[in-house]
Amino acid sequence: MNILLAILVLGSIAAIFGALLGFASVRFKVDADPIVDQLDALLPQTQCGQCGYPGCKPYAQAVADGEAINKCAPGGEDTIKKIAALMGVEVQPLDNSHAQGETPKSNRPKVAFVIEEDCIGCTKCIQACPVDAIIGAAKQMHTIIIDECTGCDLCVAPCPVDCIEMRELPDTIHNWQWDLTSIPVKQLD
Amino acid sequence: MVESIIERITRGHFWDFHGGIHPPEQKFLTASKPIKQLTLPKQLIIPLQQHIGREGDLLVSIGDHVLKGQALTLGTNPMMVPIHAPTSGTISAIKLSVIAHPSGLSQLCIFLDVDGEDTWRKRDICPDLGLLSNSEIIEKISDAGIAGMGGAGFPTHIKVSSKPDINFLIINGAECEPYITADDLLMMEHSDAVVDGIKILDKLLKPAFILVAIEDNKPKAIKAIQQATANIEKIKVCVVPTKYPAGGEKQLIQILTGQEVASGRLPIHSGIVMQNVATCFAINEAVRHDTPLIRRVVTVTGQALDKPQNVWALLGTPINFLLEQCHVHAIENQKQPVIMGGPMMGFSVSSELVPIVKTSNCILVPSKVEMPSAFEKESKEVECIRCGQCSDVCPSQLLPQELQWSAKAKDYSQLEKLNLRDCIDCGACAYVCPSQIPLVHYYRIAKAEIREQQQLDLKAEKAKVRFEARKLRLEKEKIARQEKHKKAAAARKAAMNKATPEATGAKSAVAAALARVKAKKASQGLAQNRDNTPTSPADLSTDIADDQKSQVSAAIARAKAKKKLKAEAANKAPSSSESVSETLKSKPEKEQEAATQQPSVGDKKAKIAAAIAKAKAKKLAKSTEITESDKATVNCISEKAVVEKAVNTDDKKARVAAAIAKAKAKNKALAKANAKAVDEQSIETNESSADGNSNSTKTDGNSSQPSQVAQENTVANKTDNISSNPSLAGSKSNAAMDKKSKIAAAIAKAKAKKKLKEASSIEKTDQDSV
Repeated sequence: MNILLAILVLGSIAAIFGALLGFASVRFKVDADPIVDQLDALLPQTQCGQCGYPGCKPYAQAVADGEAINKCAPGGEDTIKKIAALMGVEVQPLDNSHAQGETPKSNRPKVAFVIEEDCIGCTKCIQACPVDAIIGAAKQMHTIIIDECTGCDLCVAPCPVDCIEMRELPDTIHNWQWDLTSIPVKQLD
Repeated sequence: MVESIIERITRGHFWDFHGGIHPPEQKFLTASKPIKQLTLPKQLIIPLQQHIGREGDLLVSIGDHVLKGQALTLGTNPMMVPIHAPTSGTISAIKLSVIAHPSGLSQLCIFLDVDGEDTWRKRDICPDLGLLSNSEIIEKISDAGIAGMGGAGFPTHIKVSSKPDINFLIINGAECEPYITADDLLMMEHSDAVVDGIKILDKLLKPAFILVAIEDNKPKAIKAIQQATANIEKIKVCVVPTKYPAGGEKQLIQILTGQEVASGRLPIHSGIVMQNVATCFAINEAVRHDTPLIRRVVTVTGQALDKPQNVWALLGTPINFLLEQCHVHAIENQKQPVIMGGPMMGFSVSSELVPIVKTSNCILVPSKVEMPSAFEKESKEVECIRCGQCSDVCPSQLLPQELQWSAKAKDYSQLEKLNLRDCIDCGACAYVCPSQIPLVHYYRIAKAEIREQQQLDLKAEKAKVRFEARKLRLEKEKIARQEKHKKAAAARKAAMNKATPEATGAKSAVAAALARVKAKKASQGLAQNRDNTPTSPADLSTDIADDQKSQVSAAIARAKAKKKLKAEAANKAPSSSESVSETLKSKPEKEQEAATQQPSVGDKKAKIAAAIAKAKAKKLAKSTEITESDKATVNCISEKAVVEKAVNTDDKKARVAAAIAKAKAKNKALAKANAKAVDEQSIETNESSADGNSNSTKTDGNSSQPSQVAQENTVANKTDNISSNPSLAGSKSNAAMDKKSKIAAAIAKAKAKKKLKEASSIEKTDQDSV
């Protein structure tokens, strides 16, 4: 009798909690994979595709699915460190096999620049731009909206007349950084 | 509460802020000398942006002659503050030049060649303040280009735009930084003007009380202001104890009111507005005398100068001109360091052409004894000994040494936690540091990097939004395209079903063809069923035959329909199209014409048909009973004749005939049995092609020949691959004609086969099985 009672009590408790869990799983269902959004927030959003994925979000998804974390060339070491911390994996050196061209000499941000007299108005670069930062129409000269350009480099290759080049942003007092070298710092042993 | 504060202030009791230092004041160098009026420099360099915010739009161009006080830029947005010509002259250049910024970077500057006349533009002096409304006063302040002159350079007109419930208007005359006496002298010499400026602010802001805060190391200034404000109940002159940085906005508020302005909040949130005394003076000048902000008092000081003094410097005056006026000592073998701003918060300027701007209050030229650190190339920084003096003196109650570690480690999230943004860059921590760590420099670097990172994050966010928007747009466009295609297809269908002559023509042709095919199939099927019910292989064969036949006829029908449509629509080349339409109407066989006349249209179908026909011909060739197909081939020949007749170009026909002849010649060599017949046929076809209107009677005689030719050809192909068949020959001469002939042959063969089938089904089943 006691055993039956115990079974009954425990069984009913199990049923109650089961129902509770079932309700919670339906009521508090998380639609998106939050880790993907977190990863996406860490990526630089240049949408350059150098990782081999068509944008930052797809790469974030891929990383969440187990892709290597070291494929984001624009993000560099910092981004890799952050992703490693988030994913709980080892920091890896940047995989340069996906990067296009040689590694830049300076890390100053670059933006695309249309040499306007050479532009034939083919609209190829407009189609390549992942962030719609190029304005122009067919047979009209195109130009880059500097503030919107992510410097992803994707418009350079499609240009049939090679009139797009990547230029460093000029130093202004708005983006100027205090240079450590101007303040002599002696490293102590 | 406000009353209790006032009570406390009148008793001369003030609160205190945390930390602070008492560096040597060094104000004696300039405090006792009057403000010097300078001669006009030869050239002024006026930066377009001299305040926080954005530069205005240029109003002048190179070569323009401008009068004193004339606006050079136009502010179209509240954060844009205009600049004015400090004296009359000609604009010689508008180009990048080094500005008063620690980076030593260049910015757009107007170069004004002074003509020495100092001619004013027309000014309307306001005799009575009461005549002006608040908005007019604010407009005047805005037009005069006044930005906070204490150091930050925030546009004043934004700060004075009336806000409700201002408890305190604090006039900051503390001037806590060592060496600087500019505000001190201004209060001494122009106390009335300063007080008039305060009155204008009073009119605008309507504060409960006005507190003029002056440090107790300026007794003359205190006296002057007290005299000027003696009969104004509202204004209280507060003599605050000297301590650096008592002149900091938040620190001064704490000293006077005991309130701490919370992190991330502005004094206005607590009902407090603070203005510098120099700003008050400028406001008075602007409102009463219509004089824009074109000059300011600058303390030019330091022991490297023979005559350190406060001067009235026009904005845009290069520093080297000021130094010349104050007789700077030349230093051997070394560049004289020049510090803009005070010794605590100032920065070394990289060029002596750096101009005076609205926020420059001091030029410090120290001697080597006075400030040895300014002459040192290398920092004497040693490791932090954790003495904690820096946190003792920090007026913002931060932890400077922890900040320093985090700044060196670039741990920005930790810096955020340590409230780096509340650091006012006062330099007290670096001043007391026994390890001579330039703490403020580290903070400045970290702040700049954090700002940069924030901008990057913002940009990344923007890029993300744009990327997403683009993806969405592309998706939409794709869907729209598909929709359009669907609609177009539907429209086409609708057009077909409509009663337009074209559509009906095309439809009827198609329908007719289909009907014919069906009828044929049905009759054939019936006949076959009647004849060959017991033998299943025969059924199978007839089925196959039916299938092939229907395919061919369907192809023909389609081609014909298309042709007709074209002919009707275009209505060009009347002779050919008419003859075509005639033949179309007259006989079902004329379907062939359409197909052959439009080889490109029926191209594929014709090929298929030809292939089928060839296969059948092969079968036929195997069967020995050629003669049985005689009757059938008669029809075929007549068809072919019609086809040829319809073709207008004799040239093409001749070529086809030649090709056939060639093929036949080869076949002849292979199959000698039919040699004679072939010869006749070739001649006959040549003749018929030469004569555009060859009739059926002529071809009747050679009825059996084409089918035989076809059969022979296939045989030849089988036995000898090298031998070229007529279709190949035709393609060499004319691809179109090649197809035509192929089709004709195929049709003929198909018909022959049909007849053959009907005549001797048993034999045919044998062939099929083979």
